Parts: sequence; structure tokens; C-alpha cells
Amino acid sequence: MKCGIVVFPGSNCDHDAWYATSHNAGAEAQMLWHKETSIPTDIDCVILPGGFSYGDYLRCGAIAQVSPIMSAVRDHAKKGKFVLGICNGFQILTESGLLPGVLLRNTSMSFICKDIYLRTEQILSPFTNALEQGQILRVPIAHGEGNYFADEETIHILEQEQRIAFRYCDANGITSAESNPNGSINNIAGILNDTGNVLGMMPHPERCCDPLLGNIDGLGVFTSLMQTVGIV
Amino acid sequence: MKHFKAMITVTLRKSILDVQGKTVEHALHSTNFTSIEHVRIGKYVELFVHADTAEQAMSIVDDACKTIIANPIMEDHHIELQEVSVGEIA
Repeated sequence: MKCGIVVFPGSNCDHDAWYATSHNAGAEAQMLWHKETSIPTDIDCVILPGGFSYGDYLRCGAIAQVSPIMSAVRDHAKKGKFVLGICNGFQILTESGLLPGVLLRNTSMSFICKDIYLRTEQILSPFTNALEQGQILRVPIAHGEGNYFADEETIHILEQEQRIAFRYCDANGITSAESNPNGSINNIAGILNDTGNVLGMMPHPERCCDPLLGNIDGLGVFTSLMQTVGIV
Repeated sequence: MKHFKAMITVTLRKSILDVQGKTVEHALHSTNFTSIEHVRIGKYVELFVHADTAEQAMSIVDDACKTIIANPIMEDHHIELQEVSVGEIA
């Protein structure tokens, strides 16, 4: 598998994504500058990394979604190839229309940086097929705008089509208001597009892939992709 | 060609809880501004646009708002347009 990690001005998890995919998951990975207008054909998965693209000016992801590379990212997704947006990358995906809804300010109005628990809700996706249904993962979050919101109809469709990949929960897998760090509707932490080849998630799996860090719960997202695409 | 100044306010849609507005409202109440209610916090964007008519200018700015300046999923926008002379630009 080959990953292309898009670097926007203000991306700060791009190197982590590169390390997690290339060193921990065993994929090939290369950086893609946001001014590129095409994505190399051998790239299987484009990763939009976390950070503060364009300083979060106007709205998180609003400026990045009109970066030159984003037309190519849309085409890449349209071909059925994979796109993974993490944190700011998720915000860029909603702003670009590749995923529905929007990420509002956390209800606490605070930037939250801590480990949370996720319950794996959908294991048939290319990003989660190495995980078990209901598997609980401890993964860090670090965001001020992670409060997933969409209108009632969109939420209904996401639930109906089982496109919620991950939900915030407690250590025992119970979803509740207490285990919801940011106010997201239905404790939503990550969603898939209607064809299942685009995943956006606020938690940072790339930050917990190396045994040296004491937690490799995030590795499953990347090994799932490896399992889907195969070793190139 | 005429020149217009657009004054745009962007606020969270009414259906979305404006936590920041609520917090400011509570702060106002606790400082005895008890007659103030429904505080909403938004953004102000000012820009200049040239067009043949005010209607055309409004259409351009509205399109810009829907495309980039505001996110219609979560925000409403309001535009006020004012014709200006070249000397008043920026």
C-alpha cells in the first residue's frame, strides 16, 4: 500500500501520519504538497493530516478545502480510492463536501487534549476491517472544534447505513454524555462516506501506533488499509 | 462599473446552540444586564466588490458567502451593501 500525506501550511500531524504508515504499518508513504494539482496514480490512500491548516482562518478546513490539491483528492475519492481525514483532515473533508455535516466548537468551548475511548461500530470498511466489532480503542484527541453536527435527516441516514465508524465511549464501551468529550451528536467520532472509501475521524490513530509510546490502539486503522490494499 | 462595500455578518444558525453566546449572556446577567437576552456571537467580514448594479454586486457576494465565507450547514449570513466611491475603497 502507498499513502500520500497532504501537507498544508499549518499541518502538524503530517510527519506522525508518515511515521505511523511507513514505520509502524509497513506501508510506503510520501508527502504531497498542497499546491500539487494531481495525485500520483500509485497512491492508494490519501491522508489529510491533523493540524491547523491556514491557521484555522475563517473556519477549520475552510481554506484548505479550496487548495489546489483538493480537486485531485475529490477525483481520487470518486475513483473509489481511499481518503482518510484525521482531526483537521476530517474538518477539511466536511468543508469540501466529501463527508456530510460539520465540526462545531466543543460544547465546553475548550481545546481538549487527552486520551479518550472509542467503540468500533463498523468493521466492514477498508479502514476498520482488522478491528473487531465493538472493539474499544484508547486514542488521543486534540481539538477545539470536534463537535460533530448534521441535520436530523443526515444523522438518520448515517445511522441507517451504518456509516458511523467510531463512537466516543467509556473504558467499558458505554456511550453516554459523560463519555462524549465534545458534544458530538450520538457520540460520533468518525464517519464514512456513502461508498465507504472516505473516513473522517477526530481522534488521532497515528499518535498511538508505536510500541515505544505505550499504546498501539490506533494501528488497526492502518493495518486495516494494508489488509484491504495489500503490501505493494 | 460601480463600487460597493459589503458588510457581512455570519452567525450560527438559530437551530444550533451558540455556547459562546450563552456564556456571554450568563456573564451579562451576572453583571446585572438582566434585560439582555438571546446573545449570539458571530463574525464580521468586510469586502469591496465592483459590479454594474447593486443587484449584481449582491449576487456575487451572496455566492461568495455560500461558497466560502459561511458554511450553510451551520451558519447564516447577512449582507449589507453600500455603494462607495473609488476613494473610499479600503
